[in-house]
Amino acid sequence: MSSSPTLASRLKGRSELGVALLLGAVGVLVLVDAIALVTPYSKSDPVGPKTLPYLVAGLLIVCAVLLAINVLRGGQGEAEGGEDVDLTHPADWKTVLPLVGAFVANILLIDWAGWVISGTILFWGSAWALGSRHYIRDGIISVGMSVLTFYGFYLGLGIPLPAGLLEGVL
Amino acid sequence: MDVFSSLMDGFATALTPMNFLYAVIGVLLGTAVGVLPGLGPAMTVALLLPVTYVLEPTSAFIMFAGIYYGGMYGGSTTSILLNTPGESSSVVTAIEGNKMAKAGRAAQALATAAIGSFVAGTIGTALLAVFAPIVVKFAVSLGSPSYFAIMVLALLAVTAVLGSSRLRGFASLGLGLAIGLVGIDSVTGQRRLTFGQPLLADGLDIVVVAVAIFAVGEALWVAAHLRRNPLQVIPVGRPWMGKQDWKRSWKPWLRGTAFGFPFGALPAGGAEIPTFLSYVTEKRLSKHPEEFGHGAIEGVAGPEAANNAAAAGTMTPLLALGLPTNATAAVMLAAFTSYGIQPGPQLFSSQGPLVWALIASLFIGNFLLLIINLPLAPLWAKLLQLPRPYLYAGILFFATLGAYSVNLQAFDLVLLLVLGALGFMMRRFGLPVLPLILGVILGPRIEGQLRKTLQLSAGDPAGLWSEPIAIGVYIIIAIILIWPLLFKLIRRNRPATSLLSPNATRGNEPTDVARGNVTHGSQRGDATTDGDGDGDG
Repeated sequence: MSSSPTLASRLKGRSELGVALLLGAVGVLVLVDAIALVTPYSKSDPVGPKTLPYLVAGLLIVCAVLLAINVLRGGQGEAEGGEDVDLTHPADWKTVLPLVGAFVANILLIDWAGWVISGTILFWGSAWALGSRHYIRDGIISVGMSVLTFYGFYLGLGIPLPAGLLEGVL
Repeated sequence: MDVFSSLMDGFATALTPMNFLYAVIGVLLGTAVGVLPGLGPAMTVALLLPVTYVLEPTSAFIMFAGIYYGGMYGGSTTSILLNTPGESSSVVTAIEGNKMAKAGRAAQALATAAIGSFVAGTIGTALLAVFAPIVVKFAVSLGSPSYFAIMVLALLAVTAVLGSSRLRGFASLGLGLAIGLVGIDSVTGQRRLTFGQPLLADGLDIVVVAVAIFAVGEALWVAAHLRRNPLQVIPVGRPWMGKQDWKRSWKPWLRGTAFGFPFGALPAGGAEIPTFLSYVTEKRLSKHPEEFGHGAIEGVAGPEAANNAAAAGTMTPLLALGLPTNATAAVMLAAFTSYGIQPGPQLFSSQGPLVWALIASLFIGNFLLLIINLPLAPLWAKLLQLPRPYLYAGILFFATLGAYSVNLQAFDLVLLLVLGALGFMMRRFGLPVLPLILGVILGPRIEGQLRKTLQLSAGDPAGLWSEPIAIGVYIIIAIILIWPLLFKLIRRNRPATSLLSPNATRGNEPTDVARGNVTHGSQRGDATTDGDGDGDG
């Protein structure tokens, strides 16, 4: 009972433990997958397909444990800086989530509606999520880029991007 | 055929109108992505991979070479004009370069960077042409045990030497190796980590992985922390240098080259350590040490030369051993494989014309960079003002396009998003990206060599150290792994010494590096300033 508040306070601001958890989970996944492989011993391949997965799983699990210890002792990974990165304000999920939304919309639409439509939505939606409010200009650029890449890939590279709903029009 | 005549044949191939055009495109594209924040040469080569499948491999690699050198060059422009370097190799350039730009000497800073890059790139490429065949001669005698050891060394060195936290480096390596495991095992046909999903049976396409980690991860990360008030770009005219600048620049260029090439050629060399060493050296040797920290031209000339010489050095192990030591080289290795070309010592004999055309195009690319980019500098500065919503929307747009065009299946885009989220997380929690990429690319190769080795020794693990080179490499690996422990021990015994740990070069703010140098320089400055015979005669 008495240990739970300290545990809670220790966990606070330690989101990096999630990384340790992910590493551990991937490690266990690799391990379970490797155990499930059935291979008779063969003289021509003494190493077999299981050895490397075991090593990788071991590495991941050890890293997970050490990272958890490191984080609980106050260690912290250094967030990456960059030209356009301002680390003084916290993560801005109001930008990231619409951005991911535009990306997912593209995945769902690309095969059905075609690249020209889904690509337009992707670019326009991303620019909007990132704070651009020139709706008309953004729209013209989005359509222009999608159409240009569609024909560029088709005529220049021989890669047929899906035409989707606009099949016959393009 | 000797080196010279092979190289001349290479020039003949590289100078055909079409190939020359690809070199120009590569150089321009490379500089543009080097200048633009959020993009880099590794990602650009990855993005262009599917597009270049229709080209001859020679043309594609000529273009990649241009992108590689152009990217190095463009990075310096950004760090001089913006003071927040994108690539870790331009961190040092930003220290003095941005001070110079602020003092109204941006034109001179850009000029010494461009001409220094040209000098270092040309010397570096010449060294590559001379040394690569020698390394090949040595490498053909190596068997699987040695290759296995060398590849393990490359992985561990990149993981343990670079970056600020080894633990996080190893975590990243583990994730990369796990990604590399996905797919059908080539020897036994077993499916590993495919979860019954037939689309995963062929493994994860390296284009998808690289684009996701570099481009999508970066775009998401920047979106979460987008700078509200854009940075001030210092306006610049055409770069030029006065007589005094030339006099102060040429020796740093040569010394920078001498630092850069060998470090670039070593596994885990990269450009961070030589640029830093060059900066410290120039500071110590300078006749104007008081100018350091306020815009000393030597502090731009030396590190920039080191940076480009390291880029040339990186090509040596890539072409001669098939061993990548940085992200761009890793993606280029993947490109070789996707063209069905096996990199390694056999490359020079089986693909001689391609390799020499590639080396020749490195010379050409260097020259093009100089003559194209000196007049274009004001244009590149304008490129820095591209509205950020368009820049990052464009990165996502082309990332999607590049990843989708590999197999034309929407499933790859799901992978792109998942791995992009992983890239975001890695940036958030300080996991370095390079070990992951190298793990994905080298993991399967290491496994192949391991299996070959033990097949030859009939399962006896002693086969691993059956070659003298392998033993030597294992000793180096041991030293790298226990070095921090030794370091701690030495420090405990002599607490007064404040040597900089090699781990401190990456991830530090420029100001920290500069501060570190102040103590470093003042300790040794007295001993070396007058005793060195390197002053202007």
